[in-house]
Amino acid sequence: MQLKLKVWRQKNAKTNGEFQTYSVTASEHMSFLEMLDVLNEELISKKEDPIAFEHDCREGICGTCNLVIDGRPHGPMQGTTTCQLHMRSFKDGDTIVIEPWRAEAFPIIKDLVVDRSAFDRIIQSGGYISVNTGQAMDGNAIPVEKDLAIKAFDAATCIGCGACVAACPNGSAMLFTAAKVSHLGLLPQGKVEHTKRTRSMVDQMDKEGFGNCSNVGACEVECPKEISIENIARMNRSYVAAVFGSDE
Amino acid sequence: MQWILNFLTSSIGKKFVMSFTGLFLISFLIIHLIGNLQLLYSDGGEAFNKYAYFMTSNPLIKTVSIGLYTGILLHAFLGLAIYFKNKKSKGKKYAVSTSANASFAAKQMALLGTLILAFILIHMGDFWFKMKFTDQIIPVDYDGMQVKDLYAQVSTTFSKPFFVGIYILGMIALAFHLWHGFQSAFQTLGLNHKKYTPIIQGLGKIFSILVPAAFALIPILMYLNR
Amino acid sequence: MTTLDAKIPKGTLEDKWVNYRSKMNLVAPNNKRRIEIIVVGTGLAGASAAATLGELGYKVKAFTFHDSPRRAHSIAAQGGINAAKNYQNDGDSIYRLFYDTIKGGDYRSREANVHRLAEASVSIIDQAVAQGVPFAREYGGLLANRSFGGVQVSRTFYARGQTGQQLLLGAYSSLSRQISTGSVTMYNRHEMVDLVKVDGKARGIIARNLLTGELERHAAHCVVLATGGYGNVFYLSTNAMGSNVTAAWKSVKRGALMANPCFTQIHPTCIPVSGDYQSKLTLMSESLRNDGRVWVPKKKEDSIAIREGKKTALDIKEEDRDYYLERRYPAFGNLVPRDVASRAAKVECDKGHGVSPTGLAVFLDFSSAIERYGKAEAYSMGISDSISAAKITELGKKVVEAKYGNLFQMYDKITGEDPYVFPMKIYPAVHYTMGGVWVDYNLETNVPGLFVLGEANFSDHGANRLGASALMQGLADGYFVIPYTIGQFLSNEIRTPSITTDSEAFAEAESSTRDKIKRLIDIKGNQSVESFHRRLGKIMWEYCGMSRNADGLKKGRSMIRALREEFYKDVFVPGTAEEFNPELEKAIRVADFLELGEVMMLDALNRNESCGGHFREEYATAEGEALRRDEEYAYVAAWEWDETEPILHKEDLTFENVELKTRSYK
Repeated sequence: MQLKLKVWRQKNAKTNGEFQTYSVTASEHMSFLEMLDVLNEELISKKEDPIAFEHDCREGICGTCNLVIDGRPHGPMQGTTTCQLHMRSFKDGDTIVIEPWRAEAFPIIKDLVVDRSAFDRIIQSGGYISVNTGQAMDGNAIPVEKDLAIKAFDAATCIGCGACVAACPNGSAMLFTAAKVSHLGLLPQGKVEHTKRTRSMVDQMDKEGFGNCSNVGACEVECPKEISIENIARMNRSYVAAVFGSDE
Repeated sequence: MQWILNFLTSSIGKKFVMSFTGLFLISFLIIHLIGNLQLLYSDGGEAFNKYAYFMTSNPLIKTVSIGLYTGILLHAFLGLAIYFKNKKSKGKKYAVSTSANASFAAKQMALLGTLILAFILIHMGDFWFKMKFTDQIIPVDYDGMQVKDLYAQVSTTFSKPFFVGIYILGMIALAFHLWHGFQSAFQTLGLNHKKYTPIIQGLGKIFSILVPAAFALIPILMYLNR
Repeated sequence: MTTLDAKIPKGTLEDKWVNYRSKMNLVAPNNKRRIEIIVVGTGLAGASAAATLGELGYKVKAFTFHDSPRRAHSIAAQGGINAAKNYQNDGDSIYRLFYDTIKGGDYRSREANVHRLAEASVSIIDQAVAQGVPFAREYGGLLANRSFGGVQVSRTFYARGQTGQQLLLGAYSSLSRQISTGSVTMYNRHEMVDLVKVDGKARGIIARNLLTGELERHAAHCVVLATGGYGNVFYLSTNAMGSNVTAAWKSVKRGALMANPCFTQIHPTCIPVSGDYQSKLTLMSESLRNDGRVWVPKKKEDSIAIREGKKTALDIKEEDRDYYLERRYPAFGNLVPRDVASRAAKVECDKGHGVSPTGLAVFLDFSSAIERYGKAEAYSMGISDSISAAKITELGKKVVEAKYGNLFQMYDKITGEDPYVFPMKIYPAVHYTMGGVWVDYNLETNVPGLFVLGEANFSDHGANRLGASALMQGLADGYFVIPYTIGQFLSNEIRTPSITTDSEAFAEAESSTRDKIKRLIDIKGNQSVESFHRRLGKIMWEYCGMSRNADGLKKGRSMIRALREEFYKDVFVPGTAEEFNPELEKAIRVADFLELGEVMMLDALNRNESCGGHFREEYATAEGEALRRDEEYAYVAAWEWDETEPILHKEDLTFENVELKTRSYK
């Protein structure tokens, strides 16, 4: 299949970027990233600068790949990361527009590569249970209701790719933050620090410059792990309870 | 007291204020609609005028109305502040815009809200301002009770197709605003539940169609019956 | 050649670790605060080590080439993690886990290490649960288990098909906590490009800042590598695209030894290669073999018709199907260990029975499972008398979906074929490397102060790793071994002041690295890095893959040497060294693979026996099974790098507690 690609090219954070158009011949069995590999090989053979894009595991779990394809983070398929998207989702002759994640808190490094370290800092602000190695009691000491364990798991599947922020017209990181707050807060072992955790994670999220949630819901639609905005509601109430119910 | 300020300036705190004021304004819409429906009585406007008098003279209502104005202003200006903050947080927009992941209403709350604010200004300028601060509205006498004939003013306004059009457009904007805003207010308050949220969403959709439609019906009917 | 000393403590197997731990040298808290440790890699082993060392009070610097510690490839592990908890009351014990692992590794690992691993396994689960890892649970709220290949107990803890992800996020959260307290300094997007030795001890690294290209000197009292396996030497593997051997290999070039590099695990159930553009292979969890039946058409003409698209699996009648694993290994059937299943698939495809367009695939068929489950469901619903075949299939599909839904979905996404209707097509692919940097019982290499953990070391899996044991080893090393054993080295360093980066050794390491990078950039040839990597992978797979022979290995070695020469003449690396340059990153890694590949060939050639993942065609029984030669080869082959002829060192393996037997699954 013959495709036309409009790809965002930007030398570094300081320069202005622009779209450049490329033609590429792909096979429908290729993954989207393999199609870009083919294009890059061509560019290299012409001694041109290959397109920088991030990727690693290529099986939808590491959360590294991050392309906005025709205006949608991770492309048109629901519940799919960019690396799992295959060219059979496109037609011969299609023009595909590829852009980087857009958000002030995710500055562009080069072309389609952005800096998502803000996510790490949100986790560092409280996305953990304070237990030192060796302090743990027996794994079966605290039974966890199965439904609760499932809910916590659903939130814990977040791969930290940032599609929620990229999809959000407000550049908000609520789904990411809420997923971690929910995952840990739902489990009995995480309840102890839940109040403190919720407050410090939300505060850090605000500090990073993410936008304010207006319940648009695009994050939930584009999340490759289909994490529900129910988690955002849970974090909202936890946050209010934390502010009004604590001594600080 | 620093904590209150911290809360109110936090992302979630701001949204809480939006949610509370929004729900308050939603409840006002119901009261307002019930009053307005009296315009449709064929009693030459007596019921409506008495209602209007009551609303502007009863001390309790007057106190509540201060809350209402505050609510509108808070909702509007905080909403705009959030809009500008979010615009900055988003940064550059995508070259391709998509409707695949969110509704028009959800994405355009600020635009819709601004339209509604403009509508409110026109609406209040035409009725509330004239009634309270000018003598343009001539009083009528109901069994010795002197009340301003707001009904006449309303009838005049709704005899002009231009104003009827503005009211219809205002209500369309309101409908879209409520379409997202109603259920969004509950989500912000953390009221999301597998069983109840679908009910809230259903109610919200019914509300966001029925209430603006009923409001819009009044100028239309009055125009047709002029 | 020297004989290596593993420093295994005296005493009985059960007591070695406990006693050793109690008598180990300690570092006092006030000294810990001054002592710096570099940890390279933030996967399960690295993140858990960095977090735990930080908790203990050491000053830790952690490095990852990823943009975040959470991206390490540990995250992709699907199936589960073993632990001898015996929660199922089915007779499991630390000894049994130890024994299964030794046997599964075809008796090429150290007894003492493996026993320690089994002991630590129990604490890992407790630790992970306390961190909030959402393991699968029963309705009573207690932890659930499942079975895995090669064992007869149910000891695998799991979190759906994402166990690696959840465990890594647990370790990452502990690491994040230490970063927030300041005891760990995190360096994202930094790749270790050289090891620095001062007076013979590992005292630091040269790291390349991948954003700016700047070479940075980082000093510490010791260096811990947890940089994963080298499966990407095959180009196509289930490893992530960025997984590489560079940190380990640079250490080897500074004097560490590469042990048993030829022991690579080929996983039998991966999605086959579909074209030349293919960049990686995707694993389908071993758990699928619990219910899937592996087969190929009996008649070659059927296979050819399927390859040409004239027939599908559904057109092949039951009597024309060859369920070759069930035929050859009636006792274990489809659940034979990975190495056996992989070789059997290769044998069938080599005979011409393969079913994908490339001829390299076999079927993994769930239709009997669907029917079986469907009937059982119908029975439990009380409708088994009146039910139609279509309804049985529908009910059965639901059961299969509940068990393997996410895997089926993944298969569908990648291949575009519905695995509920058509059997999956699978083929073996490189998955894990049992070999790695040689370490002693303390996980310390022959370079004092250099420690290696997780998949990057060679220590615990022998010649073949059992399923769900990689996560166990990574976390055991990081949480429960290195925090103790590192004290053996550091307790002698409490008088060593903070290491300076101004020394001659750092200057030399930095400038030689700079020269090497400049050399790569300056070649300005005509072929891409990727094309060299692909060619290397083909050579490795052809001559050092699922089965090997002396002639092939010799040929392969000379081909790699030729390829390496060509690489340094004709590779083209765009851009400069002083910027964000992913192509240059790849070039540095491929250059190292081109050397490692040669040592793998050499190691495979040296090992004149078949064991585990290493199958030498010359050493097979009459029935084509692996022939181990314990008398001659019960040793660890540890290679010292030398440009012309790498040098072999040996560590003899002594078995005091288990009897060496031939594995049989017939």
